[in-house]
Amino acid sequence: MAEENKVSLHGFFASPYVRRVELALKFKGIPYEYVEEDLKNKSSLLLKYNPVHKKVPVLVHNGKPIVESLVILEYIDETWKNGPQFLPEDPYKRAQIRFWASFVHQQVFQNMVLILKTDGEAQEKAVKEVSEKLSLLEEGIKSIFPEGIPIIDQENVGLLDIVIVSTFSSYKALKEVLGLELIDLEKTSPLLFSRLKALLELPVVEGALPPHEKVVGALKFMRQNALNSASV
Amino acid sequence: MGEEVKLHGTWASPFSCRVIWALKLKGIPYEYIEEDLSNKSSQLLQHNPVHKKIPVLVHGGKATCESMIILEYVEEMWPQNPLLPTHPCERADARFWIKFAEEKGPAMWTVYRTSGEEQEKAVKDTLEMLRAIEAHGLVDKKYFGGDKIGIVDIAFGQIAQWLGVIEDIVGVKLLEAHKFPRLHAWIKNFKEVPIIKENLPDRDEMMVLFKHFREMLLTSSRDS
Repeated sequence: MAEENKVSLHGFFASPYVRRVELALKFKGIPYEYVEEDLKNKSSLLLKYNPVHKKVPVLVHNGKPIVESLVILEYIDETWKNGPQFLPEDPYKRAQIRFWASFVHQQVFQNMVLILKTDGEAQEKAVKEVSEKLSLLEEGIKSIFPEGIPIIDQENVGLLDIVIVSTFSSYKALKEVLGLELIDLEKTSPLLFSRLKALLELPVVEGALPPHEKVVGALKFMRQNALNSASV
Repeated sequence: MGEEVKLHGTWASPFSCRVIWALKLKGIPYEYIEEDLSNKSSQLLQHNPVHKKIPVLVHGGKATCESMIILEYVEEMWPQNPLLPTHPCERADARFWIKFAEEKGPAMWTVYRTSGEEQEKAVKDTLEMLRAIEAHGLVDKKYFGGDKIGIVDIAFGQIAQWLGVIEDIVGVKLLEAHKFPRLHAWIKNFKEVPIIKENLPDRDEMMVLFKHFREMLLTSSRDS
């Protein structure tokens, strides 16, 4: 039983991609060993498990590595049938969820990173992009749940919920680091905001998120680094 | 399942072709609608309001967008001649390469669309992508899918035909046979699969079209 079904996760505390995987494991009640990686000094195991990208997260199950957060989430969903099913049964609904999860992952999150890492005109442009994408996302959420969004609990959380929490849980920390609120989530995206609020109140989520000050510290460091290298 | 299937696409798009290959490999009848991207149909805009792009698959009136998401939908709706492996580990591996193709593939199109420093960087990025595939994607395998083509082969289809067209137009050789023997062999094998062979856009016609577009792009970027 020791080696069989052994699960370990290589991660970095501030990474939202790692957060997604941790949430998925916790929602399914899967025991795992967590290995914190120093991204400036990556372990030889990490480089062996992810030779193409050399990045976290890496899930290792029975000695086999799985990489890419969204791929890992689908793997977890397919391998462990207990707990919530992250993707619905219906192929069309699955396509919708995958579409919007990918949308948040690529279109929204990448621009949020730009907001953190830039200032001036570049930052204004990123803010505009995020605002536009968030409007589309609001419409998307409505189209996924045409009869209204069901109340969230630990048994019905889905793939898109996990992506939403991991992407937006740090928005308060981001506001603190930037010194102002560039995007008022509650006003511009009421559906998203209320879903996020409900998710953040789930015990599993509360337990999985790093402390606020730690996130602020990490974001401050990333912003400083980016602005310094930009001005070189 | 007997509901009609429609595909909005463009003849020269590798993303459009991905869906055609999947539908034909599974023997799914469909109606094809050629879109004029300078004058998009109202149906296209209605079915893909977010990105306004092709391909869009409409099945029983419901639209699915993004070529690789469409392929997962097709796989789930019509499981015959499966494109994805059955075991979760192997499925995760296939999805890894799909993600890789989506993330790194655009670099070759940047080579096509730009010049100067921007193009040089895109050339570097494209070579990096090819090296990763050569080193890790095709080890001891005829196709990415193993003995027969699968979803990853379809995802990398643009390397088999479109990359060559880009190389000829731009005048840069990226996929040299001696540097990428596995990829080179894969391209040959992939293009010999009957469904693929019969459904590749004509290379000469592509050369004319893409040459024309590139000239327009470079002229407008010079003028702006």
